[in-house]
Amino acid sequence: MNIDYSQEAPAIAGRLSLAEIEELVARPLDTKPDRKYFIALSISGSLLLIGAVCLAFSFYYGIGLWGNNQPVGWAVPIVNFVFWVGIGHAGTLISAILFLLRQKWRTGIARFAEAMTIFAVMCAGIFPVIHTGRPWLAGYLLPYPNQHSLWVNFTSPLLWDVFAVSTYFTVSLVFWYIGLIPDFATLRDRTTSKIKKTIYSIFSLGWRHSSRHWQHYEKAYMLLAGFATPLVLSVHTIVSFDFAVSILPGWHTTIFPPYFVAGAIFSGFAMVVTVLVFVRKIFNLENIITMDHLEKMNKVILATGMMVGYAYGMEFFIAWYSGVQAEQFVFINRAFGPYAWAYWIMVSCNVIFPQLFWFRKFRRSIPVMMVIVILVNVGMWFERFVITVTSLHRDFLPSSWAYYTPTIFDMGILLGSFGLFFTLVILFTKSLPVVSISEVKAVAEGAQPTHHGGHHE
Amino acid sequence: MNKRLFGIAALFKTPDEIIRAAKKTVEAGYQKYDVHSPYPVHGIDRAMKLKPSKLGFITLVFGLTGSALALLLMYWTMSVDYPMIIGGKPFFALPAFIPVTFEVTVLLATLATVIGMITFFFRFPENDHPLHDTEYMKKVSRDHFGVVIEASDKHFDESKVREFLSSLHPISLEEIYYSEKETYPVLEPKFVTFLVVVALVTSGVTYFSLNKLLYMQPFTWMMEQPKLNPQQPSTLFADGFGMRTPVQGTVARGFIPYPYMGQNNPTEVLQNPFLPTKENLKLGEAKYLTFCSPCHGNFGDGDSRLRGQFPNPPSLHSSRAREFSDGMIYHIITNGQNIMPSYASQITREERWAIVNYIRVLQRAKNAKSSDLQVVNKETGNNASN
Ligand code: HEC
Repeated sequence: MNIDYSQEAPAIAGRLSLAEIEELVARPLDTKPDRKYFIALSISGSLLLIGAVCLAFSFYYGIGLWGNNQPVGWAVPIVNFVFWVGIGHAGTLISAILFLLRQKWRTGIARFAEAMTIFAVMCAGIFPVIHTGRPWLAGYLLPYPNQHSLWVNFTSPLLWDVFAVSTYFTVSLVFWYIGLIPDFATLRDRTTSKIKKTIYSIFSLGWRHSSRHWQHYEKAYMLLAGFATPLVLSVHTIVSFDFAVSILPGWHTTIFPPYFVAGAIFSGFAMVVTVLVFVRKIFNLENIITMDHLEKMNKVILATGMMVGYAYGMEFFIAWYSGVQAEQFVFINRAFGPYAWAYWIMVSCNVIFPQLFWFRKFRRSIPVMMVIVILVNVGMWFERFVITVTSLHRDFLPSSWAYYTPTIFDMGILLGSFGLFFTLVILFTKSLPVVSISEVKAVAEGAQPTHHGGHHE
Repeated sequence: MNKRLFGIAALFKTPDEIIRAAKKTVEAGYQKYDVHSPYPVHGIDRAMKLKPSKLGFITLVFGLTGSALALLLMYWTMSVDYPMIIGGKPFFALPAFIPVTFEVTVLLATLATVIGMITFFFRFPENDHPLHDTEYMKKVSRDHFGVVIEASDKHFDESKVREFLSSLHPISLEEIYYSEKETYPVLEPKFVTFLVVVALVTSGVTYFSLNKLLYMQPFTWMMEQPKLNPQQPSTLFADGFGMRTPVQGTVARGFIPYPYMGQNNPTEVLQNPFLPTKENLKLGEAKYLTFCSPCHGNFGDGDSRLRGQFPNPPSLHSSRAREFSDGMIYHIITNGQNIMPSYASQITREERWAIVNYIRVLQRAKNAKSSDLQVVNKETGNNASN
């Protein structure tokens, strides 16, 4: 139990040489996928297919197939949207914020987390669009010049969402690609297959590892990180505005932006841990994605889980303190009304179970961490469910109160989104380096000069 | 051998050596040289005496452009082109415009930084650089560090450069040549075929989705619905019509039945219940211009604007028309006359009377007597001479 916290643990364990690092990361790309890979792919593909079928039915017969009713017009589709956008927050946080904070341990997990961000935002993007019922008309979400002088409403949070999510997706994609360029060049120079070489050459754009280029490259990375940081905070802030800018009790609260951002990081990290635990095992990356990394992420999960817990408590306090009857009713109804089951699932998964992470033993135990992060994922889905559904189902007019139950199609589409996400993740692990080769090389032992009178610690 | 020399490359094993090599190369006065490493080596820009990157300027300029463009667009659409009050906010609701402004700023700044860096600072894509596919490149891509002194340098002299590089104790030296014949991968038949196929597929898919797909179920703008549209047949009713007629004698709200409907030369007509007040005449003018003027002309002269697509009506200033009673003109509007259709369904009762009053004004104005020019007696409202 004698841990020396004064010195940072090395970002990479096991004293790997530069060439060994490269071998490790590039091996999955050079070998043929094995049976396990195809089994995993077929499972996720089946989920995706279930979603596609449910969607096709919804398009053909209309969204009356879903459980949405009056007054719960924003139901599971919006829950799923917020859930996936939230998951998408970990990647940029790890790659941008931790970069600005000079956390070297981020290098091992950044690439993977960024990829997950992109896939999660893709999943998220589906839901608001299908929720309109006529997704092929989504082009009208953009301000385009037309003879009716008909413009989108720039003062509406829903439009801010369109801009925020699409900007976030584009910037994450660009950020990810920029990180991939040197790796594409490395892969290009080591491959023997002609087709692969052509593909890698195209994507590497002709990168030569030139120091004159590295200089601009590092600057660009810095600038992009500087932009991505406020961007990632703005995205979930704006998502929370979808709720907070309305005047519905339970939604109309100023705590929403920080509360949503904390929740997003919480769920995003949980998802990253869920996936990384498998990836590091399957691809033998235990030395690059080390137990220290997982432990650090578990600490973040603990911290953000407490913030979310604080927000839950604060909402009740403000409801009582405001003296607004409708507000008080909504919160009592949340905890003890017809949806109490959802509320207590949320509280236990998000606030109670993560407390186990106070103990170092649990933070470093793979089985315990697996259970907790999966519970967190469940809990965070229920958090959005509770916010959306319980605030709507009993509105100001008791005559219109109703109980909302999602239908099999709602659930099928949710499964489909998981299918899409994991299919993309699985394809990614075999087609691109899951760890940034150049970044990890740069933090390996002995990778940086020892005495140059330099400006680094 | 007529290979053209690009430069001479030296390989090193450790980051310390490369820093030293870079420093020495600068000291020796070479300017066209480059250092290659599999990852950015700390302190190399100092050793190479590189000026700080100017990339930030692109970011700044395009970021500010993004904010300005976003604000301008929102200002123009929401306060100039189609001003509309939303949620009681002013037309230019700055706080509500902040989120979009921020997003557009970030988007434009990021894209400009990256595209600017790749195209302007790196001059990429450049897959035909002489360094590609050399042993040297394969090594620096993996775990070595290297310096290349280029032949285009002012002080370049092959033997001297060799000597200089050897003095740095590299693990190997390599001469790098331009490729012998210039290749144009863009003109390769395979690549051209690829482009053609992409173009064909893209246009085919676009054509299909815009012209065919959008007219198929379920993309047909909710065209197909279980409900009955007007004029559709229905097997449910004995007469086969989908539309139902109201029960005999049903009267619509606010509707007063017109007793002389269908009579061509009614012996009796209604009395005009409206006085030609200013508002009434304004209303009459507006409705006359909308409904009557296309055929009768703006002043009732019968100068139709329909360019012969419909027979020109007679002038409304004929003695016959002037001698019509108000009720008769009302009758013509309500019932129609010969080829002039009835306007009962388009113009309300009150508007019809207002038009009648307005036609009276037109008739009076077109047939003014000299006595009309005299000053109006303000007290009686009559012409002074009357
Ligand atoms: C589609 C063209 C058209 C429009 C619109 C139209 N009219 Fe006529 N109107 C005619 C024609 C043609 C005649 C001559 C009918 C006939 O042969 O007796 C006519 C005849 C008349 C007459 C009788 C003139 C006469 O000397 O017999 C009056 C009065 C009249 N219109 C008033 C109106 C008023 C008031 C309106 C506006 C509500 C109107 N019309 C709109 C085409 C039109």
